[in-house]
Amino acid sequence: MWKTVLRRILIMIPQLIILSMLVFILAKMMPGDPFSGMINPNSDPKTIARLKQEYGLNDPAWVQYTRWLGNLLHGDLGQSYIQKVPVASLIWDRAVNTFWLSLLTVILTYAIAIPLGISAGRHQDQWQDQSIQVFNYITFAVPAFVFFILGLWLFGFTLGWFPISGSVSGDVNPGTFAYYWSRLYHMLLPAILTALITTTGTVQYLRTGIVDNKVEDYVRTARSKGVPEKVVFNKHILRNSLLPIAAFFGNTITGLLSGSMVVEMVFSYPGMGKLFLDSISQRDYTTLTALILIFGILTLIGNLLSDIIMSIVDPRIRVK
Amino acid sequence: MEKQSDLLLDIQHLHTAYRLQGNFYDAADDINLTLKRDEILAIVGESGSGKSTIASSIIGLYDHKNTRVTGDILYNELNLVGLNESLFNKIRGNNIGMIFQDPLASLNPLMKVGDQVAETLYYHTDMNEKQRVTRVIELFNQVGMPRPEEMYNMYPHELSGGLRQRVVIAMAIACKPEIIIADEPTTALDVTIQAQILDLLESIQKESHSGIILITHDLGVVAETADEVAVMYAGQIVEKADVKTIFEHPLHPYTRSLLNSMPQSDDEDEELHVIQGTVPSLKNMPRTGDRFAARIPWIPASAHEDEPKVHEVEPGHFVRCTCWQEFHFLDDDSNKEVVKNK
Repeated sequence: MWKTVLRRILIMIPQLIILSMLVFILAKMMPGDPFSGMINPNSDPKTIARLKQEYGLNDPAWVQYTRWLGNLLHGDLGQSYIQKVPVASLIWDRAVNTFWLSLLTVILTYAIAIPLGISAGRHQDQWQDQSIQVFNYITFAVPAFVFFILGLWLFGFTLGWFPISGSVSGDVNPGTFAYYWSRLYHMLLPAILTALITTTGTVQYLRTGIVDNKVEDYVRTARSKGVPEKVVFNKHILRNSLLPIAAFFGNTITGLLSGSMVVEMVFSYPGMGKLFLDSISQRDYTTLTALILIFGILTLIGNLLSDIIMSIVDPRIRVK
Repeated sequence: MEKQSDLLLDIQHLHTAYRLQGNFYDAADDINLTLKRDEILAIVGESGSGKSTIASSIIGLYDHKNTRVTGDILYNELNLVGLNESLFNKIRGNNIGMIFQDPLASLNPLMKVGDQVAETLYYHTDMNEKQRVTRVIELFNQVGMPRPEEMYNMYPHELSGGLRQRVVIAMAIACKPEIIIADEPTTALDVTIQAQILDLLESIQKESHSGIILITHDLGVVAETADEVAVMYAGQIVEKADVKTIFEHPLHPYTRSLLNSMPQSDDEDEELHVIQGTVPSLKNMPRTGDRFAARIPWIPASAHEDEPKVHEVEPGHFVRCTCWQEFHFLDDDSNKEVVKNK
């Protein structure tokens, strides 16, 4: 068990180094430099040249890379061109917003998807299964932005049940109960809508798992031991059917921090996804590079967590 | 359930039919069999002959929506046909143990093998967890597993095929059942392991005085272990006798063809005999006349009965149809004489 984890972590080191190099090259390839934004008709090209020299932009690429890496390790992601604040603090605020929204979304997704998947698998080809399949086709086929905009229009504008944008009302004081309630209230509609539309995979994996496992030999063995049907289902069929979902769970956890671009855009929710899109449209390169790096690291950690989770739940994965 | 009487299982007029495109077709057609204490009853036949159908009918594990079982399976005056599930669950694993063909597939990949055996004990005994572990280790010892304490915490994929089958056997005998049904227990194993597993089954049976139903297509296995043999073809029992009679005086054309297609180790140049054609599929099975007639076309139709019945040709030796009296192999006329002289 621990050997598996250790081996996986060791594999991650070269992956991280390659990731940081790719991100650095990407940043270098972007047009302009930190002083491009300061250039105006009155600026002196000599001053720019001097600043470039001072900030080490004329150094060889590898020197710049190691300096950048050193700063990274100290938590310094640079300054945002546009917002004129440290990128780290900019990202931190957005990450917190995204985390809570994503957490609510994930909880709702599983709360909807797992019962649906179990019901569809258990009642294969019966009316329960067929209605769930129809629901699945709809959520799979409808583009997310159409679904979100329709939801926003119906529940936000027309019915007025939910706020239509932002993460908190302006008239509440931080720290009060009303403040936390307002934050939750702002997250509800985007979370519910995202949960509804992202259930497809989980439902389908669970349904297929149950349908396949139901006829496995070891299920027949369990029955031949006189194990009651209810226990056969929960202990033997369901546990084996949850494996594919466990395989995605690591990425789901790290996905809590990267957020969803579409939902945050539609609901103007100040999270990581919106920050990413804003950085692109505003050409805020430092923020963009930092975000790409963070998303990359999150993916690697997500894969690591998935592997660890798999090795806990499936003994066949463990390295001896 | 009480455990008594020498007659363990009395199967009478068992019909098991599967639903295919709306219609039911008998996969086991009018089966009459008995299993006694201390007896190994072998059911032999090709794939699709209905032998596993009998096993699943006895233990009540079939798709209840698409299977129709009629007739009687009497166990201590209790009819297992149509028995309610909760009562059946008290019998399964406790009074009837089942051993399956593929030991890897028959074990839950996510559970320790020890826990899987202990699960049987959990549902049928009052033992606490510690006692169950002790009993499982004792069982592992009994089925000849090395280092049983260590084996308890292993997962199925960590064991060899032979060890896995020993786990499955330990599971089946955990509650000392009177009846053990072994459905092709050695088919998925290496030849050397096969012999060990068969020896184990025999020694378990001698110790526990249980009755074993051994389902196999392997006549070598039958010769080595069985006491009584029932030969099945296309859902029917075509011949039934003790093992000595089956091998020394087989009568039914199918039994004789099967034996004739066994390789003889003393005759290297001999070509293997092949039975023409294949077992008809469930849907296309002839429901009247002799079902084997199509595969011995050189025997005149008049030799077969219109509605083949089972005849007791000598005490304890049952044969279906009268065609055996005129049967001879196509390439061997001398055989005809042998049969006639008998």
